[in-house]
Amino acid sequence: MKKRTSIADKIWFVILAICSVAWVYPIFMILINSFKVDTAISTDSVFTLPTAEIFAGLANYLNAIDSKGFLQSLIYSLFITVSSVVAILFFCSMCAWYIVRVNTWFTKLLYFLFAFSMVVPFQMVMFTLSQTADKLKLNTPWNIWVIYLGFGAGLAVFMFTGFVKSVPVEIEEAALIDGCNPLQTYFQIVFPMLKPTMVSVGILEAMWVWNDYLLPTLVLDIKKYKTIPMLIQYFRGSYGRVEMGPMMACIMLTVIPIIIVYILGQKHIIKGVAAGAVKG
Amino acid sequence: MEKALKRYGFVFTIPTFAAFFIGFIMPFIQGLYLSFCQFTTVDNAKWNGLENYIKVFQDESFLSAFGFTVSFAVVSVVSINVLAFGLALLLTREIKGTNFFRTIFFMPNLIGGIVLGYIWQILINCVLSLVEQPLLKLNSAAGYWGLIILMCWQQVGYMMIIYIAGLQNIPEDVLEAARVDGANSIQTLIKVKLPMVMSSITVCVFLTLTNSFKLFDQNLALTAGEPAHSTEMLALNIYQTFYARAGAQWKGLGQAKAVVFCIVVIAISMLQLNATRKKEVQS
Repeated sequence: MKKRTSIADKIWFVILAICSVAWVYPIFMILINSFKVDTAISTDSVFTLPTAEIFAGLANYLNAIDSKGFLQSLIYSLFITVSSVVAILFFCSMCAWYIVRVNTWFTKLLYFLFAFSMVVPFQMVMFTLSQTADKLKLNTPWNIWVIYLGFGAGLAVFMFTGFVKSVPVEIEEAALIDGCNPLQTYFQIVFPMLKPTMVSVGILEAMWVWNDYLLPTLVLDIKKYKTIPMLIQYFRGSYGRVEMGPMMACIMLTVIPIIIVYILGQKHIIKGVAAGAVKG
Repeated sequence: MEKALKRYGFVFTIPTFAAFFIGFIMPFIQGLYLSFCQFTTVDNAKWNGLENYIKVFQDESFLSAFGFTVSFAVVSVVSINVLAFGLALLLTREIKGTNFFRTIFFMPNLIGGIVLGYIWQILINCVLSLVEQPLLKLNSAAGYWGLIILMCWQQVGYMMIIYIAGLQNIPEDVLEAARVDGANSIQTLIKVKLPMVMSSITVCVFLTLTNSFKLFDQNLALTAGEPAHSTEMLALNIYQTFYARAGAQWKGLGQAKAVVFCIVVIAISMLQLNATRKKEVQS
């Protein structure tokens, strides 16, 4: 196909450029406002740039980190996300491989249940789940990953089985004949082959766990532990006047790491999303 | 091979299955049972038959939330998919800067619902106050369109990526054949490209439809159902029934609502998958 830069393409380029400026504007707006003095932020002055008198520097950021417990929330969120994703990748890939390679009524039922769990809305189980979590003492940031493993299993198993089906059995059979037991076969032969799918599943599950609001709110004790989405909601939901300055600083502190991770791993993230959708 | 594996079946399946049982199967079955009971915790349930379900259909807040959700879902599914498909068409034309645009349009998707909700609440309230309209708290039309704009902002990029993958999978010789046969670009789009990306359309409509129906975080953060529950969607309505009111009658009602909600979501996704799968073609 011949390459051409027609006038139409140039016009589209300009339109897309304008659109993408508009697309990032909301984030830019919050960034600007997070540098204003708290008292200078009102509903109708959001679009104005900060002037010398109302420029607050990093005061809002320091306030958010210092007195609003942002760092603590960051640690909880990080720990929950990492532990959950690691658990999901490790256990679900094993389970998915078994489901594909062994054909019994149990694995068929399991596969159906996993697929089913992806469609069921969270409200269906939220009350009973939070009570179960309390009873089993799964209500701290250190072991909430068990619940995330159960809840994230649907998508993960679904994507892993999709990939395992395309892997020829012969290599694994050869390993078994050579005297590997199934665990060795799995970890030395299959596990390395699953890497690309691991990246996709990992990205999708991490996006979900990191941003999840309702599940940690219901399961964790909100007075003791707040993840980042819980912290931001708490800002708004608490009594009295909302401190807009620190709140916007908090939003930026949440958004900036995401943007950095996104820029660094852009290729993988976009590929992961596309792969996840094709399997879904 | 199966025999050798089966002896290890326990090791491979038990961790995931145990967590899945705790996190999904047990709460699901319990929830199903509790929807026929009156209770405040799982342990003090008293059977009261279909009473909860009868109340669900007499509850006006639930019915209005249902209507709001359906109309929101229809508008957002159509607008997200049309915008995303349009962008995908543009960004597969080899215009300069394609990769940069893809990156930008996808970005909002990574930001969580609560944060998105507050970002847009601040922005929309400012616009409303500048044009001297009531703010979101008192303005249900603005709440509705705000939610739609927010969802487009968040989801268009994601769906665009899926459509781009679909469009790039169309074999070049098919397009070449259409060109040789004298099809203009609109004919190519409707007769060739659209049928060829039907499987992407199935996926995207499925995702946007279920996302719209299950929407919770964005709804809570942007409007919280204000004014007077008029922008409350089903998920939020169920949440409020459970946690905003004290008393034994509410939890059972909430659980029954959740069961109805669950059935509706499953039914709609099944219908949609059947309807669009039929239109898929093989290349």
